[in-house]
Amino acid sequence: MNWTSLDSWIVAAGVLCAGSCALLGNFLVLRRMSMMGDAISHAVLPGLAIAFLTTGSRGSVPMFVGAAVVGILTAVFTQWIHTLGKVEESASMGVVFTAMFAAGLILIVRAADAVDLDPGCVLYGAIELIPLDVRPVLGFMVPRAVLILGGMFAANLLFTLLFYKELRISAFDPALASTLGISARLMHYLLMTAVAITTVACFESVGSILVIAMLIVPASAAHLLTDRYGVMLILSVLIAVAGAILGHLAAITVPARFGFSDTSTSGMMAVTVGLLFALVMFLAPRHGVLSKLVHRWLLSLRIACEDVLGLLYRLEEADPVRQPAPVAGMLHSAVGWSPWMSRLALASLRRRRQVRRDPSGYRLTSHGRAVAAELVRAHRLWETYLAKHLPLAADHLHDSADRTEHFLSHPLREAIAADLPGVLRDPHGTNIPAGDAPRADLTSKSAVHGPDAEKG
Amino acid sequence: MHRTLADEKTPGLAASHGVAAMAPRPLAPRVATGDEHPATAPLSIHDMTVAYHRKPVLWDIDFDAPDGKLIGIIGPNGAGKSTLLKAVLDLIPKASGRVMVYGEPYRRRRRLVAYVPQRESVDWDFPVSALDVVAMGRYGVIGWCLPVSRKHKAAALAALDRVGMADYAKRQISQLSGGQQQRVFLARALVQDARLCLMDEPFAGVDAATEQAIVRLLQDLRQSGRTVLAVHHDLQTVPEYFDHVVLLNMRIVAQGPTAEVFTPENLHKTYGGRLTLLEQAAQAMARQGRGT
Repeated sequence: MNWTSLDSWIVAAGVLCAGSCALLGNFLVLRRMSMMGDAISHAVLPGLAIAFLTTGSRGSVPMFVGAAVVGILTAVFTQWIHTLGKVEESASMGVVFTAMFAAGLILIVRAADAVDLDPGCVLYGAIELIPLDVRPVLGFMVPRAVLILGGMFAANLLFTLLFYKELRISAFDPALASTLGISARLMHYLLMTAVAITTVACFESVGSILVIAMLIVPASAAHLLTDRYGVMLILSVLIAVAGAILGHLAAITVPARFGFSDTSTSGMMAVTVGLLFALVMFLAPRHGVLSKLVHRWLLSLRIACEDVLGLLYRLEEADPVRQPAPVAGMLHSAVGWSPWMSRLALASLRRRRQVRRDPSGYRLTSHGRAVAAELVRAHRLWETYLAKHLPLAADHLHDSADRTEHFLSHPLREAIAADLPGVLRDPHGTNIPAGDAPRADLTSKSAVHGPDAEKG
Repeated sequence: MHRTLADEKTPGLAASHGVAAMAPRPLAPRVATGDEHPATAPLSIHDMTVAYHRKPVLWDIDFDAPDGKLIGIIGPNGAGKSTLLKAVLDLIPKASGRVMVYGEPYRRRRRLVAYVPQRESVDWDFPVSALDVVAMGRYGVIGWCLPVSRKHKAAALAALDRVGMADYAKRQISQLSGGQQQRVFLARALVQDARLCLMDEPFAGVDAATEQAIVRLLQDLRQSGRTVLAVHHDLQTVPEYFDHVVLLNMRIVAQGPTAEVFTPENLHKTYGGRLTLLEQAAQAMARQGRGT
């Protein structure tokens, strides 16, 4: 790898562009209008072309004005088609931006005969050429694009900070915003204008794919990582910046490793931020795929443990004196869990001292017996409750109770018991174990325990 | 007998009852000056018609909210109850008519009006805490571009406390139950400290405890001289909860003190059989309104 000052300028441009887009992207994502970023970033093309054709210059000011006007028009047209034509909002966006993008292409191709407005450049930009066009600033030669993007980032940061709460309320509850005198419509069009101008500022250097990626992907990833608005804004920028830096690193190292010369930097930045998103989706603490898997696995383990306890309890109940204490293999076939899961469950139960192992096999400890009794109580109460209230055959009760027993909390269990006063046996004729002593917080309900208390 | 506006306001019915139109009436038909509206009514709607896509959904609404009362808006699905609130708040355009709040146009009285939208109208996955949502009620007072100061946060926390949700202030709103979410919305209206509160189905999908808490809160509001206008669905609880009712089915079928107006006869007129004459007339007009 050979890092030069050229690379630093390229990364600086990428970072500024990514940050500018990511900030605004938060509001698109939160307002569930991510497609609007896509739409506006394409639809500004005719604005650029017309601005160029009428002024004959590629100067920043006409370009920004053209983009802003067209950006607002896109939002307006989308709204019109949506309400007047009764077309779904995303469909009306699709109609507007494809038509406008195509019109823009036609205009650009015409204009391109005269100057270097390259349609291909619109897609993937020319970030590698940024360091060639420089301007003196305080004695330093700074690339023009970095100046423009730096200004853009500062403007977007100011916009976000200034309208921090206005953007939040009009995204969360536009109706309330309007009744408070904060016009949600005004905020909508301000945001659309900001997106359009940002798009144009970034276009020339990084192309539309990276703009769209940076509008949507960092904000979506940040939303997975946090439940706080301010944190989401900061995280989205950090993710975008990381994507830009890692993307450029990847662009100059990865292809070389496979024997190619380096590749499109902005393309690589977009890919990298996509990979970062995948990583976040997998690892995010609460909404991530991994945490959900872990959560489900822990639930399975708990249920397996409870199944083992229930089985041991029932065996003991059938032959209280000297049951053939079961071994792991037998538990596996009786409980229906895979061998390693039932072994894991047994290990976990022994660690919690609910099950002990003696030479003949596994037995409940007195603590384990109390826990198991609660579980079996839940199971049999549920069967009895179902039999009382639903026209179910006796053989339908067990499976439902098998699933439900793991989720009946103590108060719910006792509420069910209260519904079955004086009932001591389940529909199959087996005893319902007594509930434990009423807890302090349940003393008011102790009357409910009447039958059990007598029995216990 | 309480006057039912529908009789005199429906052109179709008035024409078919030509004789009735000439008979003396308990009240003279309204002249469209609006002068008869009391100047200080919390809410005064004069001859308001609202249309979606040129199809009218609310007709000729004339309504004066009595001061310091709990007012229920009752009517079948599609009767335009939510639309009535939204039109009053300028959230949807009015085809015609005028809305006054304490004697001034709504635009100049925003501060006096709080709005509690339907719970489903917002995205509860939004990354904000319960406290953030309540603090939004102060945004109008805070003003553009200024941050939410500690004073306003304290007010928001106090409002949360009033609805029994202080312990949940830091919770992200998707982690709240339906009833808790509704309480957060109510706290947001409280923190606005408005004199008139418009609520869209505050009791929809909440648990019994929350329903009781909301009712107590509404009574507190009335005690302190506020006026509450709430869309309500459960006919059973109407006489218990509301002093005043508006029976609505695209038109105001009847309005007045609950004891007088909430009668089987009026309810039948509002909810009617399968298709009331009111709806038939409205549909016929809607078809023509579409320019067929």
